[in-house]
Amino acid sequence: MLNSHTSPSQMMIPAFLVLLACELAGDMLHQMFALPVPGPVIGMSILAAALVFRREEPTAKSVITDSLERTAESLIRHMGLLFVPAGVGLIAEVAVLRSEWLPIAAGLIGSTLLSLAVTGLVMHWSIRRRTAGRSPDTVRGLETS
Amino acid sequence: MVAIEHLWSSLGATPMFWLAVTLAAYELGNTLQRACGGSTFASPVLTAIILVASIVGMTGTDYRVYFAATQLINFLLGPATVALAVPLARSARLVKENLLGVGLALLAGSVTSILSGIGLVWLFGGSRAVALSMAPKAATTPVAAAVSSQIGGIPALTAALAIVGGILAAVVGQKMLAKMNILDWRAHGLAAGVAGSGIAAAQVAARNELGAAFAAVGIGLNGALIGLVVSVVAQLWK
Repeated sequence: MLNSHTSPSQMMIPAFLVLLACELAGDMLHQMFALPVPGPVIGMSILAAALVFRREEPTAKSVITDSLERTAESLIRHMGLLFVPAGVGLIAEVAVLRSEWLPIAAGLIGSTLLSLAVTGLVMHWSIRRRTAGRSPDTVRGLETS
Repeated sequence: MVAIEHLWSSLGATPMFWLAVTLAAYELGNTLQRACGGSTFASPVLTAIILVASIVGMTGTDYRVYFAATQLINFLLGPATVALAVPLARSARLVKENLLGVGLALLAGSVTSILSGIGLVWLFGGSRAVALSMAPKAATTPVAAAVSSQIGGIPALTAALAIVGGILAAVVGQKMLAKMNILDWRAHGLAAGVAGSGIAAAQVAARNELGAAFAAVGIGLNGALIGLVVSVVAQLWK
């Protein structure tokens, strides 16, 4: 937990520094090796690997990990707001929406439903194979809903 | 009238105005969703985009002026995407325990989403730019938009498709899987995360903790995988 010398707001700075450093490293790797994956996604992978590696050790949660979790949680909770400027860019694409509404609607609905079904089915089969019929935690009440 | 035009010419030019409009529209979207009993249809992101787009359109503002003014908000998408590593790392144990199932389901669902998206757009006579905007839309919105701009899609269209696709998956996902006799929360969570990212995941998360954890796994791993697969597909299809 936080000690009396550091307030939660002070701890946001090192957490942000970690996030920005990972993004910067991701961007640099992306440009240096002409990687197909965007910089922030590489940064996410770097941070995830670092966090998983750290968690292997049975040490107590450090102050920086604690503040990183808080900062990440608040960024993710308000992520919707961050899409708005990019989403408003749709007004510059009205011509595309008007002329290609059918392929857009068909592709969106079709691929979303197919992907839901395929992911669910494959996961379902693999769980069933492993547990041989025994299902420890199933969706209850969905059949009737 | 002249006074209003004068006021507008100074107001519309400061970034503060568009930042305030964007925040206000998002807050209004949140209020609207609460008023609708938390309905997935009333996504605050969608409400905010429609509201702000109407205001930008009605005032005759160039989108580039609006986007430059709200650069501060857009900038935060990078760190927010990196921050997704925190829930992903937290669910690392779950991935390890179900490695084969998660890996296979993720790969199958991800590739299905990309190829069927491109294929259906092409089948219905859509352009290459629209097909490439459709391809990464199942990734979480910031990842989808970043991948889209990199491969020659339209990032704004991809962002909108990711949001609307998420709402669709949230609304029909659970019932559809239940009808297919898939009743395990792990399968439900992973499918929501892979096909509908954050919006559909939130729907499952509200009902079951194990489902929420697998949804987080789906979002995180799918983001990285889609970046990779879509780029390869785009390079092959030139």
